[in-house]
Amino acid sequence: MNPFFKFINSSVGKKILMSLTGMLLSIFLVEHLAGNLLLLKNDSGEAFNAYAKFMGGNPIVRTMEIGLLGIILLHIFNGIRLWLENRGARDKKYDSYQLSENTTLQSRMMKLSAALFLWFLIVHMRTFWFHARILGEHDIASLVYSTFQQLWYVVFYLGSLVVVGFHLRHGFQSAFQTLGLRTKKYQSLIDFIAVLFWFVIPAGFAFITIFIYLYKGNAVALAQ
Amino acid sequence: MNLTLKVWRQKDKNDEGRFIEYSAKNISPDMSFLEMLDIVNIDLVKKGETPIVFDHDCREGICGSCGMMINGRAHGPGRGIATCQLHMRSFADDDEIVIEPWRAKSFPVLKDLMVDRTSFERIMRSGGYTSAKTGGIPDGNSILVPKPVADEAFDAAACIGCGACVAACPNSSAMLFVSAKVSQLALLPQGQAERETRVQRMVAQMDEEKFGSCSNTYACEAECPKGISVVHIARLNREYITAQL
Repeated sequence: MNPFFKFINSSVGKKILMSLTGMLLSIFLVEHLAGNLLLLKNDSGEAFNAYAKFMGGNPIVRTMEIGLLGIILLHIFNGIRLWLENRGARDKKYDSYQLSENTTLQSRMMKLSAALFLWFLIVHMRTFWFHARILGEHDIASLVYSTFQQLWYVVFYLGSLVVVGFHLRHGFQSAFQTLGLRTKKYQSLIDFIAVLFWFVIPAGFAFITIFIYLYKGNAVALAQ
Repeated sequence: MNLTLKVWRQKDKNDEGRFIEYSAKNISPDMSFLEMLDIVNIDLVKKGETPIVFDHDCREGICGSCGMMINGRAHGPGRGIATCQLHMRSFADDDEIVIEPWRAKSFPVLKDLMVDRTSFERIMRSGGYTSAKTGGIPDGNSILVPKPVADEAFDAAACIGCGACVAACPNSSAMLFVSAKVSQLALLPQGQAERETRVQRMVAQMDEEKFGSCSNTYACEAECPKGISVVHIARLNREYITAQL
């Protein structure tokens, strides 16, 4: 077998694929949050729409977008593969199994948080991405402002952001452990950076969501 | 102490197996868990029944023979102990204790609480050795090993191969065991000759034995009777990556 495929199909290799794709997706979150901050500007969404136009029109960004989709699919399918294989490694279940005494809640919930994350992602893309890229609408900022005037939508987003935080709480440090970088020396540094990803970034998205719900109602009324 | 035991009984590899309840009466809190099972077994023999089969040897926590899932914990409650070092004072009077064998596809149950751990042997055979020079005896201290490195290698070498890591892991992964062996030999100068082939072969054998993949829950570290740290898993990952280059 080709050495690369042998590597990527080994138990360690599969985990490394999980780790690298997860890290790239985490980096995307930084860009996403930075872009979303434009929604806070008091300019009827002009700056955000210009940003959205750039993201939709630039060929390099569009290519990266396809790459991002590929990374998401790799992360999902590799994760499902690992899940099925790991499930098969124990053919008979324990009658009594106190995993909760030895592990964190987030690590035990990875599959559930992944499934909820995916559900959120589909709804999220249907709500915004679909309108911007497929229907070719230009005033995405107004779409965002009006969408987040619905309380149930805000609640769904906030709940989903908690799920994202849960997934990254285990996932982020796990990615470094898999790459062999979580050594005694760097453990505290990695745990510190991890807080940015599992808490600060989801909290940033949540802040924007709540801010729009509270203060951008006027912008919607004005547009109408 | 009087206890109710719910013990997994299985005649042989092909038997389906089932839980059977036993009562353990007049147990001293100072007995070890294995001594408690001995008392139960004496009663069973007196009654003409087959005693509960379990692995055991040194009974002082160094051989790695004993091991069972006690109330859902590998080697029972408590940290850093094998089943033989677990004392009955860890339980309360009239407790019900569920006793099961290690559960993993790679550890088939042979009888009752005894599992076949030769998959570990095969992993060791695939790379857990070093090349040794034959001939004259080398001078003492001719190979220098810095103290911190020796300590780190020794921490990994403390692994007794009991299989609690696999048993405790939600994925039945053997990464803590394999990483302890890879880490120990990768740290020492004696292990350098096979450094790259060792990690590749041992991981390949581990995969062939159908152990699960590590998902970094660290349940293994918590249950390891020798407190082997997951930093060794990080080192194995590092060794595995650099071995590809």
